[in-house]
Amino acid sequence: MYQNKYEIISKKEIADGIFDFTVSCKEIAEAATAGQFVHISVPGCFLRRPISICEIDKKIGTLRLVVQVRGNGTKIMSGLNVGEKMDLLGPLGTGFTKCEKADSVILIGGGIGTPPMLELSRYYGERASVITGFRTGSLSILSDDFIKTGARLIECTDDGSRGINGFVTDALKDEIKAIKPQMVYACGPMIMLKGVAEICKLNNIDCEISLEERMACGVGACLGCAVKLNHDGNEFYGHVCKDGPVFSAKEVVF
Amino acid sequence: MANLGVNFLGIDFKNPLVTASGAYGYGREYESLYPLSELGGISTKGTTLKVKDGNPPPRIAETPMGMLNSVGLQNGGIDKFLDYELANLSTKGTRIIANIAGGTIDECVELAKRLNGTKVDMIELNISCPNVKQGGAAFGTNPVTAGEITKAVKEATELPLMVKLSPNVTSITEIAKSVEANGADAVSLINTLLGMRIDINTRRPVLKNNVGGLSGPAVFPIAVRMVWQVANAVSIPVCGMGGITTGEDAIEMMMAGASLFQVGAAIFNDAYSPVRIVREMNEWCDKNGVSDINEIVGTVKAW
Repeated sequence: MYQNKYEIISKKEIADGIFDFTVSCKEIAEAATAGQFVHISVPGCFLRRPISICEIDKKIGTLRLVVQVRGNGTKIMSGLNVGEKMDLLGPLGTGFTKCEKADSVILIGGGIGTPPMLELSRYYGERASVITGFRTGSLSILSDDFIKTGARLIECTDDGSRGINGFVTDALKDEIKAIKPQMVYACGPMIMLKGVAEICKLNNIDCEISLEERMACGVGACLGCAVKLNHDGNEFYGHVCKDGPVFSAKEVVF
Repeated sequence: MANLGVNFLGIDFKNPLVTASGAYGYGREYESLYPLSELGGISTKGTTLKVKDGNPPPRIAETPMGMLNSVGLQNGGIDKFLDYELANLSTKGTRIIANIAGGTIDECVELAKRLNGTKVDMIELNISCPNVKQGGAAFGTNPVTAGEITKAVKEATELPLMVKLSPNVTSITEIAKSVEANGADAVSLINTLLGMRIDINTRRPVLKNNVGGLSGPAVFPIAVRMVWQVANAVSIPVCGMGGITTGEDAIEMMMAGASLFQVGAAIFNDAYSPVRIVREMNEWCDKNGVSDINEIVGTVKAW
């Protein structure tokens, strides 16, 4: 874990209100793995903002962070420019389990839950089917990036303005039949994750989901970002920042 | 370099900075950034007799210059504290203040007894948690019950006893005097201030617990005022906390009357803040010709 101010080396608005930053931070990139996050200090805000790592370049020592303007913190963050520094604490949390031997997996990203799937897609390459879902086509992001990883990309929109008109859960059911994956990974709104978890359970497929929760310390000290888990029938509160953000879908109490 | 060492209740702290209960866990998470031996001490996460689940999420809400929390004393219970956390922490070269919280007087007494003969340096009795239904602030907002619980724990413990006070009262000095009269060796203050945020789109409180404890720089002036009032009302030492984020804040808190202080929410913004604050205090002392930090305690000259 490191905390430092790192230079922003590129910035692009890739969809309306969605910003794609590349930050030069060799030490974090070196340690980071798919599904982990960085905790970003925003000038003028007291608490840091947890942002999933989208892509890791260990050779050059960069992280790619995709941020959607949702509230005041992400708005200020989106105003940072190339050459300015971003104050990052990371890499944090427990990332996705990579199954070396899996010959097919499905990755699902809903809305701003899509970015953390890219690094995982880079790992699985042609073995991955990526299903993305957005409210509308103009909010669609990272499609070229997923295709570049060699994955098969299935895009869905709620209004049919791009790709399949429907939810990622419908596409998931079809893709499970088509490729019989060993593993499903998902990040997105809780309602989507619940649907994905149910489908995976029905089909007896292991599933990992990445969660978010209001967070303070980001490292497991303050116990703020609680999520209800169930281990062997015992319910308790785990914490998104340290036990997660990636959890086995089976252990999460929706 | 000034001397930052302080003696608080007969215990030597290498500097007056203690990480506040609940903000720092048991320090494990921060050890990869700096050794815990750089801290004066750690006030450990509020410990109850049995495992406590805490409150449902969301437990955190940001506020102007601060935050609300409603964690609700989630912890692994006294057995886990002694066997696992303390076993590890006692090797780190920093002072250990065990923060304990019971739902009843008997529970607090039992907790205090369990800490006798351990490597804990001091007890911080939490009678001020705003996020639990039983115990906590229920004891700490009434001078009579605050005195009763203090007396019972004092009789049960062999350790120095510091009582952590709630700011959510009409007169904090009355509570402080009552715990002093009933055997408290020191007081620490302030715990968080009860607050609330509402999501105006959903018309729901942001916190699932509806209300929570406010901390961070927003509460600092209130903390300074209360520490000043209490330090002038009692003759036992005062440990000050509430919104300290810089070395200069810490100096101000000590001038108000605190001979030890705690840092909590600042750590969430800057994980290095405990070591940074000590460094900044040193710089301030050097710049201002202060050779010993003890010289400044309670030196505010009120108008």
